[in-house]
Amino acid sequence: MNLLSNDHRGQPLHREGSVPGLPAPPRQEFLAAPGMDHLDALEAQSIYIFREGFARLKKLALLWSLGKDSNVMIWLARKAFFGKVPFPALHVDTGKKFPEMYAFRDQYAKEWDLDLKVDYCPPLESIDPTLPPAARSAARKTEGLKLALAKYGFDGLIAGIRRDEEATRAKERVFSPRGTEGGWDVRDQPPEFWDQFNASPPPGAHLRIHPILHWTEADIWAYTKRENIPIIPLYLAQNGKRYRSLGDADITNPVASNASNIDEILTELDSTKVPERAGRALDHETEDAFERLRVAGYL
Amino acid sequence: MTIAVPPASLATPNGTTRPLVRIVIVGHVDHGKSTLVGRLLHETGSLPDGKLEMLKAVSARRGMPFEWSFLLDALQTERDQGITIDTTQISFRTGSRDIVLIDAPGHAEFLRNMITGASQADGAVLIIDALEGVRDQTRRHGYLLHLLGVKQVAVVVNKMDRVDFSEARFREISDEISAHLIELGVTPAAVIPISARDGDGVAERTANIAWYDGPTVVEALDALIPARPLDQLALRLPVQAIYKFDDRRIVAGRIESGQLQTGDEIVIMPAGKIARIKSVESWPVTPVSGPQGAGRSVGITLDRELFIERGDVIAHVGAAPRDTRRLRARIFWLHDQPLLPGASILLRLGTRETRATVVAIEKAVDPGDLESVAAKAIARNHVGEIDIALAQPVAADPASDNPRTGRLVIEVGGRIAGGGLVLSVDAGARAIPVDIVPVESALRPDERLARYRHGGAVVWLTGLPGSGKSTLALALERRLFSRGGSPILLDGDTLRAGLNADLGFSAEDRAENIRRLAEIATHLARNGHIAIVAAVSPALEDRAAARRIAAELFREIHVATPAEVCESRDPKGHYAKARAGALKGFTGIGNDYQPPVGNELTIDTSTGSVAEATDAIELMLAKTGVLFDELVDLAANI
Repeated sequence: MNLLSNDHRGQPLHREGSVPGLPAPPRQEFLAAPGMDHLDALEAQSIYIFREGFARLKKLALLWSLGKDSNVMIWLARKAFFGKVPFPALHVDTGKKFPEMYAFRDQYAKEWDLDLKVDYCPPLESIDPTLPPAARSAARKTEGLKLALAKYGFDGLIAGIRRDEEATRAKERVFSPRGTEGGWDVRDQPPEFWDQFNASPPPGAHLRIHPILHWTEADIWAYTKRENIPIIPLYLAQNGKRYRSLGDADITNPVASNASNIDEILTELDSTKVPERAGRALDHETEDAFERLRVAGYL
Repeated sequence: MTIAVPPASLATPNGTTRPLVRIVIVGHVDHGKSTLVGRLLHETGSLPDGKLEMLKAVSARRGMPFEWSFLLDALQTERDQGITIDTTQISFRTGSRDIVLIDAPGHAEFLRNMITGASQADGAVLIIDALEGVRDQTRRHGYLLHLLGVKQVAVVVNKMDRVDFSEARFREISDEISAHLIELGVTPAAVIPISARDGDGVAERTANIAWYDGPTVVEALDALIPARPLDQLALRLPVQAIYKFDDRRIVAGRIESGQLQTGDEIVIMPAGKIARIKSVESWPVTPVSGPQGAGRSVGITLDRELFIERGDVIAHVGAAPRDTRRLRARIFWLHDQPLLPGASILLRLGTRETRATVVAIEKAVDPGDLESVAAKAIARNHVGEIDIALAQPVAADPASDNPRTGRLVIEVGGRIAGGGLVLSVDAGARAIPVDIVPVESALRPDERLARYRHGGAVVWLTGLPGSGKSTLALALERRLFSRGGSPILLDGDTLRAGLNADLGFSAEDRAENIRRLAEIATHLARNGHIAIVAAVSPALEDRAAARRIAAELFREIHVATPAEVCESRDPKGHYAKARAGALKGFTGIGNDYQPPVGNELTIDTSTGSVAEATDAIELMLAKTGVLFDELVDLAANI
């Protein structure tokens, strides 16, 4: 029972009141909104994901690997939050990145006003010795991540993985629950549709949030160019070689390439049939090495 | 092992733009989806160099004949089971399209993954085994495509080699599936005879299917149209959050339909508050001018401070969605436990989240055999129509009016358990649980008005302990009573001694405490009394819940006495105890009090007398139409 509307007595404060169902009052003719191109659509979707993550989780961190993807991610976060990244950028450092990557990190953490947190990975000796050498080396990062999670108590980690990078990543959800041990149960992923995300990790567990899951390698470069996002020069060819993907210096190899700027990279990607992670040794040691890493909590 | 990495598809290869279309391949398990995907990658030249040879070598090593589906079965676990567990996305090109192909599992066990995949698609390929014909999962997937709103569907009849490329068999299946889909409102764009294993009909009309003159699979994909944003519909901007990173108060969200620009007069639903868009904010360049269309993630500022929160929907005045506490929906159900009448669920509609009750299950169907089950429950992987009562009002459209704001998701135990389309919206109906019949008062509203010279209201005093809430509440009670009114004091601490004695100070208990206060106060206000609530109520969210319950009767007053003054007063000795560590969960020390936004009045008791503060409240109540001096002809207005 609604007693009565107060609106007809005295001066209403906030409730001028709409009258649903009545025709709209005459208003200025609209110009048609400019259409969205492919990059606009990708960007809008990523921003939506960032904002959902920030609204629904209590303690977020963005995993900053310093590579082209996570740099695009930081750029998108700044777009989503109007210039300010409202959560820490976490670099889980193996101590074995290229010097150029460390220089980049220190420069742009400052320039982009990031709340940078650097945490170090445990030594190799503490890692499962049954893993092949490169995978074992990469698994240090998983352990480093677990330590950082325990230290800060993050309930959400934003990671820059993409579906087109690698087959197991193609199976990811945008909001991907992890077990209390950080593990990924690919067989029991909850449904996710209509941009409605499962964002309730059980106590002690966390979520991975993947704002650029739907981007491709070429999208990343086209967007990097359009937005003029800084990159580490290792991605550009020198002496006939360039890095397509950057990991630890000792387990990442350059690919043969003459692409010395982003346009040339885009042209190269248009015709190449070499996978992006071809230079990442850990992917190729055994058929299931990468999946084993991911089930254990690797990115 | 990396597998099936196609050449990267270009967003804007050398400045040109190719339409990008997302498609999903669905159908009964073992009808050949993965084989078709493998074949398509091969036929469109999308496989990395040496990949085919490498896979053939792997097959030989495993002692298995090569299958095209190995391309997708990248996971160890999948190869062990021989079925696709999850959705995989692969991109490739046809003549004029970039295609992102979502492979969705056919096994009934993994329907949630099929839905996850198919919900992202612009178009679908429904695959049917020529030998087995239309099976239950074929029909189920067809039905789900309809519920998911996927309208462009191509049907392929696979394994034609197994029926000797019989045209008669093809026609039989084609007629059956077409009839089924058309009944669901989905007209198949093509029905194509193929053999994915051998390549007939995939990229070429081979001699084996010389009798067929329709498109090949590649041609059918090439004719798909990418989903267009809904610029033409009315503006719907579900609010994701309000940001105050600097001096701007930015309302952020994605335009689901329509468009907006600076200067537009908007209404915030479900509360119905009106404001104008002051600016459209962006980064790195801000503000931006000109219209912003559907699909954009935007941030706007408004020309006045209003209470607005995540879950609200911004629309243009005169074209707003309806606010409701009652919905009818057609849903699919994915949870292990069947959905029963009376079930308590969490409902997500856009960015709004609300508790809800299933009032009735009107229809339950197994979309596999399409026999309507009379059962009063919707089983896992079945669909049905339900009537839902919501704990708080939401702004919603029927799906037929707006596909984006007319769909909802149901969560059980923190996990998405189902979803569906809004069939109808019953405006303003208050949620009434099953089997409860409220009794209305014997008195007419105007009778009370004439006696009290005020309407009902919930006056909510919020502020730190010691800020003066109770003092003001008592003074206001006396003032209103003196003028012949009917004030009733609801003191948080007093109620905690009785009604709320079961509640502690955890976030959940505090929220429940506030909910009960708000429900009682609203009941009193709806019966003409002025309920004065004095409660610290530190959480913005809890007070927002109270405002939703009391709706237009709510008047929020922030008793904003500075913290140090509050602590020096310490009327109940709580600050001293908390400082000594003897009082846990005490609001006041630390900064866990969230000041209100868009409240009707702010009072600082350190700078004025109690009488002045009471005057201010009285004035506010008069200005907002609660109190009146002259007895106007009320009957004329009622």
